[in-house]
Amino acid sequence: MKRITILLMILGFLSMGVAFAETPASSPPKVDTGDTAWILISSALVMLMTPGLALFYGGMVRSKNVLGTIMQSFTALGIITIQWVLYGYSLAFGPDIGHIIGSLKWVGLRGVGLDPFPEYSATIPHQAFMIFQMMFAIITPALITGAFAERFKFKTYLLFIILWATFVYDPLAHWVWGMGGWIKNLGALDFAGGLVVHISSGIAALAAALVVGKRKGYGDEPMPPHNLTMTLLGAALLWFGWFGFNGGSAVASGSLATSAFVVTHISTASAALSWMIVEWAYRGNPTVLGAASGAVAGLVAITPASGFVGPVSAIVIGLAAGGICYFAINFKNKLGYDDSLDVVGVHGVGGTWGALATGLFASKAINSAGNNGLFFGNPSLLGVQALSVASAWVYSFVMTLTILKILDWTMGLRVSEENEINGLDLSQHGEAGYSF
Amino acid sequence: MARKWKFALLFLICSPNTELITPNCSGRNDMKKIEAVIKPFKLDEVKHALTKIGIQGMTVTEVKGFGRQRGHTEVYRGAEYKIDFLPKVKIEIITPDEMVPQVIENIERAAKTGKIGDGKIFLLPVEEVIRIRTGEHGKDAI
Repeated sequence: MKRITILLMILGFLSMGVAFAETPASSPPKVDTGDTAWILISSALVMLMTPGLALFYGGMVRSKNVLGTIMQSFTALGIITIQWVLYGYSLAFGPDIGHIIGSLKWVGLRGVGLDPFPEYSATIPHQAFMIFQMMFAIITPALITGAFAERFKFKTYLLFIILWATFVYDPLAHWVWGMGGWIKNLGALDFAGGLVVHISSGIAALAAALVVGKRKGYGDEPMPPHNLTMTLLGAALLWFGWFGFNGGSAVASGSLATSAFVVTHISTASAALSWMIVEWAYRGNPTVLGAASGAVAGLVAITPASGFVGPVSAIVIGLAAGGICYFAINFKNKLGYDDSLDVVGVHGVGGTWGALATGLFASKAINSAGNNGLFFGNPSLLGVQALSVASAWVYSFVMTLTILKILDWTMGLRVSEENEINGLDLSQHGEAGYSF
Repeated sequence: MARKWKFALLFLICSPNTELITPNCSGRNDMKKIEAVIKPFKLDEVKHALTKIGIQGMTVTEVKGFGRQRGHTEVYRGAEYKIDFLPKVKIEIITPDEMVPQVIENIERAAKTGKIGDGKIFLLPVEEVIRIRTGEHGKDAI
């Protein structure tokens, strides 16, 4: 009770800070209603991606774990929202400290008001930018859950995503998008989060799969997806929400948002086809799971490139993404680690391909604020992209490994063997996904 | 578990109530149960063939199992799973002795594709049939 009172007092102080900060000093830049409308809608679209991801993953696990899997994504909506408001946004986008991290000046969104903050977005309220970015911070840790599906302890998971958001996502977002971030200063291009969202979560997934270990019976007993219609619906919601993810990353409505929207769709469609065709050629069946996975791979790959490339480049990026991610996933089966829902293969590998492809296909004709890639006469961008990719790989892997090791020693990462056999739904949540 | 079963078997063999295991001794038993496990898509043809020869009722269950056909493999994102149990349909029919050859012949003909996995037919003795609504016994209750 006492703790709650203290918490409420802290929140009270913080909200007072916001009230004070809202009084404008000089004449603020004008808010554009069209831009604001698009960013608010985009924020809602990106929000829907997290439940979409929950369905995408939920369909791929066995029926005894459907709720446990869905719940991991869904609770991220709750936890990261609070984390972002309290200090996450400030760490990621607050005033720079040493090009590494944002300061705590914007704790509790103090100073993040309804006037535009020109450094990030000159035409929309600062809070619109904040809520749009919040949705990215929510879905990123949720993406990792596919790597340790069907065996992770819920209590540990809650702490894990708070720590991961604080020590991996927030700094990386600052490096790439924050004012003064060192990767941003380097000139690396990441339009909508190839590095920040997909490489970070994809490589975290690799660390997680290695630390958490295989599911009981992995490789011996069949673990087929229990509901692929659910998975396809989830993939469709991801595709739909991704228009906000990439289109909204223009942080304005208009030509750049349109261009990003268009290439997002083209790449996704291409990758869904190419995965299906490659799998058909190698395995004899054009599978629904393959087409859905291909679509997501195409979305991932176009994410960093979406504001910098044209429609034909998008076809190439998408077609390649479907094939590359298909082979990455098959390679996993040979290596033998249990990244259960292929987060590494789709997000890690797809994000890496997308970030490098940005260095190949970026064109100033599409976005004058961007740069030219290798195929448009500027080989140096590819080097910068590769350096940024390598930094994100190393940072995410080392930090995730550290966080998980500490949690393993203190709380334990896995549910007991008995609970794993009975399923997460009953053992962690006391519910069943289906009762017929 | 295994010991329990052995015990039950022992009891049956030694039981003085031979009626339980050798129904023909009772002289009353003149009905049989026919169980057929068939390919699901053949169910309609079998049902048709049986209603044509005057069978008035049957019980159908969706079951899973394997025989010599074994299972098949499914591939999800490159991971191969061997699915041992295949879906089949089990039909149960109770019929007077004199109709047994006809019923079996019709099931055989309608369910046959000639390929592995067509299924099996089992013939079992039936002690008694009772129609719940009227309380009728024996053949009248079929």
